[in-house]
Amino acid sequence: MPNPFDPPGASSDKPRLSRRELLRGAALMPVAGALAACATPAGKAPAQSAAPVATSAANPFGVAADRPLEVWIFDGGFGHAYAKDIHQPLFATKYPKVEIKHNSTKEITKVLQPRFAGGNPPDVIDNSGAGAMDMGALAQDGQLQDLGPLLDAPSWDDPGTKVRDTLDPAVIDFGTYDGKFHVVGYVNYIHGIWYSQKVFRDNGWQVPKTWDEFVALCETIKKSGKMAPFTYAGKHPQYLYEPLMTMAAKIGGKEVLVNLDNLEDGAWTAEPMRQSAAAWAEIGAKYLMEGTAGLDHVQTQTAQNKYKVAMLPSGSWLENEQKTTTPADFEYGMFPIPDFTSSDKLPYGTLHSRPGETFLVPAKAANPQAGMEYLRAMLSKKAAGDFSELVRTVSVVKGAGEGRPLSPGAKSATEALAAAGENTVYFRWRNWYAQLHDEAVAATGELMSGGLTPEKYLERLQKKADEIKGDSSIKKYRR
Amino acid sequence: MINRYRRGLFIIAFLAAPVTLYLVYVISPYAQAFYIATTDWRGVTATPNFIGFDNFVRLFSDSIFWKAVTHNGALLLLLPLLTIVIALFFAFLLNVGGGGRGAAGVPGSRFYRVVFFFPQVLAVAVVAVLFQQVFRPDGSGMLNGPLMALGLRPVGFLSDPDVAFWSVLGVMVWQAVGFYVVLFSAGLASIPRDMFEAAQIDGAGRVSLFFRITLPLLWDTVQVAWVYLGILALDVFAIVWVMTDQHGGPDFSTTVMATEIYRNAFTYFRFGYASALGVVMFFFTVGFAVLSLRLSRRERIEY
Repeated sequence: MPNPFDPPGASSDKPRLSRRELLRGAALMPVAGALAACATPAGKAPAQSAAPVATSAANPFGVAADRPLEVWIFDGGFGHAYAKDIHQPLFATKYPKVEIKHNSTKEITKVLQPRFAGGNPPDVIDNSGAGAMDMGALAQDGQLQDLGPLLDAPSWDDPGTKVRDTLDPAVIDFGTYDGKFHVVGYVNYIHGIWYSQKVFRDNGWQVPKTWDEFVALCETIKKSGKMAPFTYAGKHPQYLYEPLMTMAAKIGGKEVLVNLDNLEDGAWTAEPMRQSAAAWAEIGAKYLMEGTAGLDHVQTQTAQNKYKVAMLPSGSWLENEQKTTTPADFEYGMFPIPDFTSSDKLPYGTLHSRPGETFLVPAKAANPQAGMEYLRAMLSKKAAGDFSELVRTVSVVKGAGEGRPLSPGAKSATEALAAAGENTVYFRWRNWYAQLHDEAVAATGELMSGGLTPEKYLERLQKKADEIKGDSSIKKYRR
Repeated sequence: MINRYRRGLFIIAFLAAPVTLYLVYVISPYAQAFYIATTDWRGVTATPNFIGFDNFVRLFSDSIFWKAVTHNGALLLLLPLLTIVIALFFAFLLNVGGGGRGAAGVPGSRFYRVVFFFPQVLAVAVVAVLFQQVFRPDGSGMLNGPLMALGLRPVGFLSDPDVAFWSVLGVMVWQAVGFYVVLFSAGLASIPRDMFEAAQIDGAGRVSLFFRITLPLLWDTVQVAWVYLGILALDVFAIVWVMTDQHGGPDFSTTVMATEIYRNAFTYFRFGYASALGVVMFFFTVGFAVLSLRLSRRERIEY
């Protein structure tokens, strides 16, 4: 169809449209639209993959030398320059003839869900951010490429080592849905309480090792009148339920979170959960910065940069996210959740860490082989190291950060992770059951503002968990 | 004969394009929504399974959806009532209530008429973001700043679940009033001036002018406004989705049907279930439209 929006003269080789032709084109448009305007999914056969290319140690998935590769990057806290400047040039050194189509968006679902429904998804997706697609739905419907072969392929750097052995084992746990590895988390998110090392030094405040010390520190800061003791992203209470979960696990052991994930009866109302909820509710009642409930993560984090509040719970992406508002001598630091009592099941230093910034390859992509090869390149030591240096974060690739200069916050988080050793905890219900996440967000906000008692808070979440357990339309997972 | 045939052709030529567009982009997606509502489609596969009325059975016990319905219900009652009362009051002042002889507006009424229309010109998303700042809970909020300067505690306009719904209602009224001031002003302009003058000569004050003359003669316009505002109350989405915390929160205190449909489709990836909610919302809206058309049948007044 002629394009009536071409500016005249822009395409001198094409004949100018006559008025009559234009009208005819306009009359035909609804017909073309009728074919495209289907809300229901089209049962189209997947694009035919061309003849497979022979595999070899250097080319383990059989990437065709000249078939294009389409990449979509979530343009969030890390931006998308890393893909263009680090990963794609590395990929191109091996496959110079593969044309890489680089794209980025802040709204993964809005842009890519229709592509899945239409049966022509791209080859690599960084499925992250608030608008990420539901992994459960994709896995359930067989839309994700089995990345098992990627784990067993030789690593980019060393043909003698498998990719599996270069990664933090949590990546494999987290990426596995129903026994198949589908998703690569690329960044190690390390959670803790973040503060300014400079502020603590200047005021003689000590990093608290026990909960009593933490409460006492809050009291000291409050009395000092210099700043508020504590805040969290009140508009997004998941920032607060995160330390609440971690502390419950610390009190009662890793199985507290495993039970939540497995939707066990009474998992939410267990004693460690109650103690943790009550402790955080007390912080909410006494030590929050004024107006916390109505502020988002950027506003509260910026308040911290302006020395209006001392501490907030966040993760290792914080330093990069705040780089434009952080004073030069701020010196981010992170400390783990303090000991609640001396009889905690897990020792001091226990951390919540999980792989994030999740990359996947759609099963129905036109060029899944190149998609997997792209991920293999990303997981090379050089690519992962350059990435974590650029965006100031901790990589899931073992040893990728070695010998590289680290910013104060990344250094603090890396050291805390090394000190935690085996004592890292995580939960997965957040990604498995989006409805439970929304309920927990709503209820946690109420807990912190005093609208719900700790008991009512846990009862409410237990009720939601039971509802989900009984809903046959929601796929259940276990760990 | 030929003439009539040509005239028919002429009409068809003009109607074909819009009707085709309407069928393809409006009617057909509606019809398809009814079909999707009976499937377990998750939005990513090409082959949804037919599951009958399971989705409709499920939505009966969906407490959040019914909470959303009550919010739409409250908006349906309050939004037209408040908007119409305020708009009528302003329209009366701008056109008739100026006092003195004859029917004239208060001084400066031309200027105010333009000012009242400003909110209508702004896109809903702009209004939502604007009011996020107005409602900010700290000293930089336009409302809380003065409150805090007076030594009062800040109000969590959007962060207190008991207040948030009223904030949403307030913003919707604020945005709608201007348009209805203009609509009622136009209605007032079509009422012959001598009616007002005659009433004034008979000794009617402003209050009886309003209740005895203005309101009865404007009744048709008021009814139209009521239907428009009712539909606005039923399909409200953007202002809630953009302005409130957690898209309909805090704690689902401001959520409405449309946001729950969106949430189920694009957050939970339950397109089938979301379509079922959409079908229910469709029947609510059609029900309201039929009801209001029935109730508003009334003879027109000829001047």
